[in-house]
Amino acid sequence: MFAAEFDYHKASSVAEAIQLLDAHPDSKLLAGGHSLIPLMKLRLARPPAVIDIGSVASLKGITVNNGSIRIGALTTHGEIASSRDIRHGNPLVAEAAGGIGDPQVRNRGTIGGNIAHADPASDWGTVLTALDAAIEVQGPNGMRTIAVGDFFQSAFTTSLAPNEVVTGIQVPVLSRHIHDGGHGHEHESEHGHEHEDEHGHGHDHGDDHGHDHGPDLSQIHGEVGEYAKMSHPASFYPVIGGAVVITVEDSRCTAAKIAVGGLVPSPKRAPSVEQALVGRELTMANISAAVDLLTDDLGSDIIGDVFASADFRSLIAPVEVKHALYHAIGLAHH
Amino acid sequence: MTTRIFGSGIRRREDPRLITGQATYTNDIKLTGMVHAAILRSPHGHARVNSIETSAAQRSPGVLAVYTGADVEGVLNPLPCAWVIPDSDVKVVPYNAIAKDVVRYVGDAVAVVVAENRYQAEDALELINVDYSPLPTVVSPEAAMQDGAPQLHEDAPNNQAFHWVAAGGDTDAAFEAAEVVVSDTIIQQKLIPNAMEPRSAVASYQPAMGELTLWNTTQNPHIARFITCLVTGIPEHKIRVIAPEVGGGFGSKIAVYPGEMVAAFCSMKLGRPVKWTETRTENFVATTHGRDHIEHVEMAATHDGKITGVRSLVYAGMGAYLSTAGPGIPTILHGLMYSGPYDIPNLKADIYGVFTNTTPVEAYRGAGRPEATFLLERLVDLLAQEVDLDPVEIRRRNLIPKFDDGHDTAIGLTYDSGNYQGTLDVALAQVDYAALRAEQEHEREHGRYMGIGVSCYCEICGLGPSQVAGAVGFGGGLWESATVRFYVTGKVNVFIGTSPHGQGEETTFAQIVADELGVPTDDVEVIHGDTDNTPMGWGTYGSRTTVVGGGALALSTRKIKEKARVIAAHLLEAAEADIEYDDGKFFVRGSPDQVKTIQDVALMANVAWNMPEGVEPGLEATTYYDPPNFTYPFGTHIAVVNIDPDNGHIVLSRYAAVDDCGPQINPMIVEGQIHGGVVQGAGQALWEGAVYDDNGQLLTGSMLDYALPRAHLVPDIEIASTVTPSPTNPLGVKGIGETGTIASTITIYNAVLDALRPLGVTKLDMPLTPERVWRAIHQQG
Repeated sequence: MFAAEFDYHKASSVAEAIQLLDAHPDSKLLAGGHSLIPLMKLRLARPPAVIDIGSVASLKGITVNNGSIRIGALTTHGEIASSRDIRHGNPLVAEAAGGIGDPQVRNRGTIGGNIAHADPASDWGTVLTALDAAIEVQGPNGMRTIAVGDFFQSAFTTSLAPNEVVTGIQVPVLSRHIHDGGHGHEHESEHGHEHEDEHGHGHDHGDDHGHDHGPDLSQIHGEVGEYAKMSHPASFYPVIGGAVVITVEDSRCTAAKIAVGGLVPSPKRAPSVEQALVGRELTMANISAAVDLLTDDLGSDIIGDVFASADFRSLIAPVEVKHALYHAIGLAHH
Repeated sequence: MTTRIFGSGIRRREDPRLITGQATYTNDIKLTGMVHAAILRSPHGHARVNSIETSAAQRSPGVLAVYTGADVEGVLNPLPCAWVIPDSDVKVVPYNAIAKDVVRYVGDAVAVVVAENRYQAEDALELINVDYSPLPTVVSPEAAMQDGAPQLHEDAPNNQAFHWVAAGGDTDAAFEAAEVVVSDTIIQQKLIPNAMEPRSAVASYQPAMGELTLWNTTQNPHIARFITCLVTGIPEHKIRVIAPEVGGGFGSKIAVYPGEMVAAFCSMKLGRPVKWTETRTENFVATTHGRDHIEHVEMAATHDGKITGVRSLVYAGMGAYLSTAGPGIPTILHGLMYSGPYDIPNLKADIYGVFTNTTPVEAYRGAGRPEATFLLERLVDLLAQEVDLDPVEIRRRNLIPKFDDGHDTAIGLTYDSGNYQGTLDVALAQVDYAALRAEQEHEREHGRYMGIGVSCYCEICGLGPSQVAGAVGFGGGLWESATVRFYVTGKVNVFIGTSPHGQGEETTFAQIVADELGVPTDDVEVIHGDTDNTPMGWGTYGSRTTVVGGGALALSTRKIKEKARVIAAHLLEAAEADIEYDDGKFFVRGSPDQVKTIQDVALMANVAWNMPEGVEPGLEATTYYDPPNFTYPFGTHIAVVNIDPDNGHIVLSRYAAVDDCGPQINPMIVEGQIHGGVVQGAGQALWEGAVYDDNGQLLTGSMLDYALPRAHLVPDIEIASTVTPSPTNPLGVKGIGETGTIASTITIYNAVLDALRPLGVTKLDMPLTPERVWRAIHQQG
């Protein structure tokens, strides 16, 4: 790698990082390096200074309290995927983390770095949007919390001020309960999900799930979440991601938060789909009818590339959301 | 006889140093006083260079020199094309190490900076100001030949690099008389080899002696020396080329390139060692690509499925210039192989080589034969549909019956030996073909898309007799050499002219020596890759090193054995005729306790205290082996895919490879070659492709966009083999380096098309992306 010349500063605390950001205009924070370094390699990013926050201990770690999980910004995707607290409290987050990139990426890339970079092709943006996550940031004037919907502004643009640092992400504990009807585990398909994600397609071919043997819908109560995506076969970035968090009572959807990403400049909620689901029984027919409304929510600014055109992505986005919904309630899609 | 080490899957001795990071690659070479080069490359697909302003770069910190096309002109000769196929009007256009006046592809070199370190060189590149006037570009080989297309070279009207026709029988008559004709247009998309190690060169010119040493990522150091001599004008005997560890080539390290010659030029100018190593980004545009055909192909047959003819019209992209072996790939290695394993009486290949504003095209694993196998096996499947036969049955009806020593094809090749039905039978049994078809039927009834692809192939490799090389315009020989040298301690060095770079011949060649001469494999070290300490040889490509180099080695060991027998007889005071040999021991017939080991003989031969009358000291033999024919490995591959109609996603569920490469020296290495080849071919079918826009910009120019296969996307490959020795070489081996790639692309493609058959889909372009598959399923063009 032959980056343009830059100064290197190592911050030992968030406060020092903020001071350094103030002192070095246009400088960049270095966390896991998985977004910044490739751009610097190509000299597309030429920050005069790089501020390494990689060893700021306060930015790492996962804590749970009061129905909320706080993930430190420097926590790697791999740490999130394997965290017992997250696997129990919010399996959607664990599963999404385990499907990011490949093991090398998951071992280095961080959740804070990922969202601060705000690449449209990000799993986190979509998942956090469906979870109504809150982004903790710290600047010269102290801490503040930004709702995820206000954080992502457009492609590669966030509401973070130039001298602010993402310090953590808050996601809710999902109140999912499955009354065991003979189908076993609380989170019955963890291994299957990981495997499927590695194939670049969450939950879309049925061998690991069985075709018709999901848990009985009447046994599910509370919030369940799922993420389905189509990944680019080169980068493994999502070209389409669909994240769903729905509340199920008596086989009906009583609340729905649906987000899509990858094909839009920044992750979007899908209010038309959400409204069509709420109050309805979660049948395949109702789900199919609801996801067909997604097109209304996508807007006109759709991303396309050599691998998957914008047109194709908008046509398939409802399919990925449908797959996420099916899997959230234990249905395979065939 | 004791157990033979030939045929044993011992571990590769290369691997410890590779796995632990202790191997020395070209980029690891560090010399005193060494400086670093970086090359400025054209950002335009086609442009006139009006001027180049280098003064700011020259003044940049650490910079020793900046050179442009004007500086190399008259010092470096243009890079030669070394495979000028005869009777084809080949236009060997000037291919300068640094372009002058006109750049013709994104990546064409326009200037080089030499600095004390690479960072300084890269910084200085940004200070060079090139004034370009963009010119119209053309990237499709078929479009490039149309009237009015942008012209790359004055001397090549319609961008025609050559026109080559080969025919056997009376193909046009066969088509006129045909009961059935099927046809297709096939796009063999351009592929980017992406060897794990990018290219690199360290050039060290010693002005006082007029000698150049070039460390280089090459598959063929002796050819590299020869061509370096032609380009630099330094006499061949004053050039030493060293290929240290080479991290994969797949054909992309056959050519001699501008970068290496520029490094040599800079060292000659500055009198200091110069290192140039391409970045991965550079590798995408500056290292040769593969494939890039647009093919119009047809097959004639009878109603009962007997193939009577195959003909083609192929536009083969050559890129902007002719790479070292470029023209030979779509012609000799492609157009002569339209018979495959079948008995087809009438064949015609009509091939245009075409210049386009893209990276030059070279051999890429399989080199011409994957394309030939693809079109043949595609047409066979289309024919099966047309005459309503199972794909297996139609193949059975056309396969050449088993033969042991020679089968002449309509186009004039003589296959060495074959048992094509044999691999088909083993493959069908391996997957339980009838059960698979029943499962497919069941899946279809439930609206699910499962496909089965079956392909038979026969390929040409083990290149080849030198006389044929000369006749087909190859600018060199195709023999190989091997020296076997016993030392006083009984240890052995083998020196070979060819140059393995990942294929494991340091291991398999030690096995050959151990097997022939009864020494432990650990007592044998194989030396290769340095023109100063190896005998001449033509290199590793075309699955030839084990066939030809191994043949030379086997013959050398047999010479050693004969000399050793004479010495042993002398030491045992017995008549030569009474000496028997078994596993490294010579003994007097009937007196097995009177023994001289090969090590005893090696000791005596080296000290020469008591040698037979007239026998020279030393125990060493060299053989220059020119094979009498090519070899023709063959096999049957079967793939199973499942397709999700909702989003077009293909899962490669199962893959069986049954190959016949003759006797296997090391079955583990054979399996490794098959695995790698199959996966590389799957890459073409499912993921890979160099995509250019109309301006000649490479849109898939990084690992973010160019999708290489990943291990977890491929099922366990089920491997089986049959053994049909080749009668043409001392070991009977046929070569296995490319068979996987040759067979797998079409096998997987046919499986996908088989899955979609109920929908009437007969054609899809590669790679088979979800979008293409989904649109085919939903009939949305």
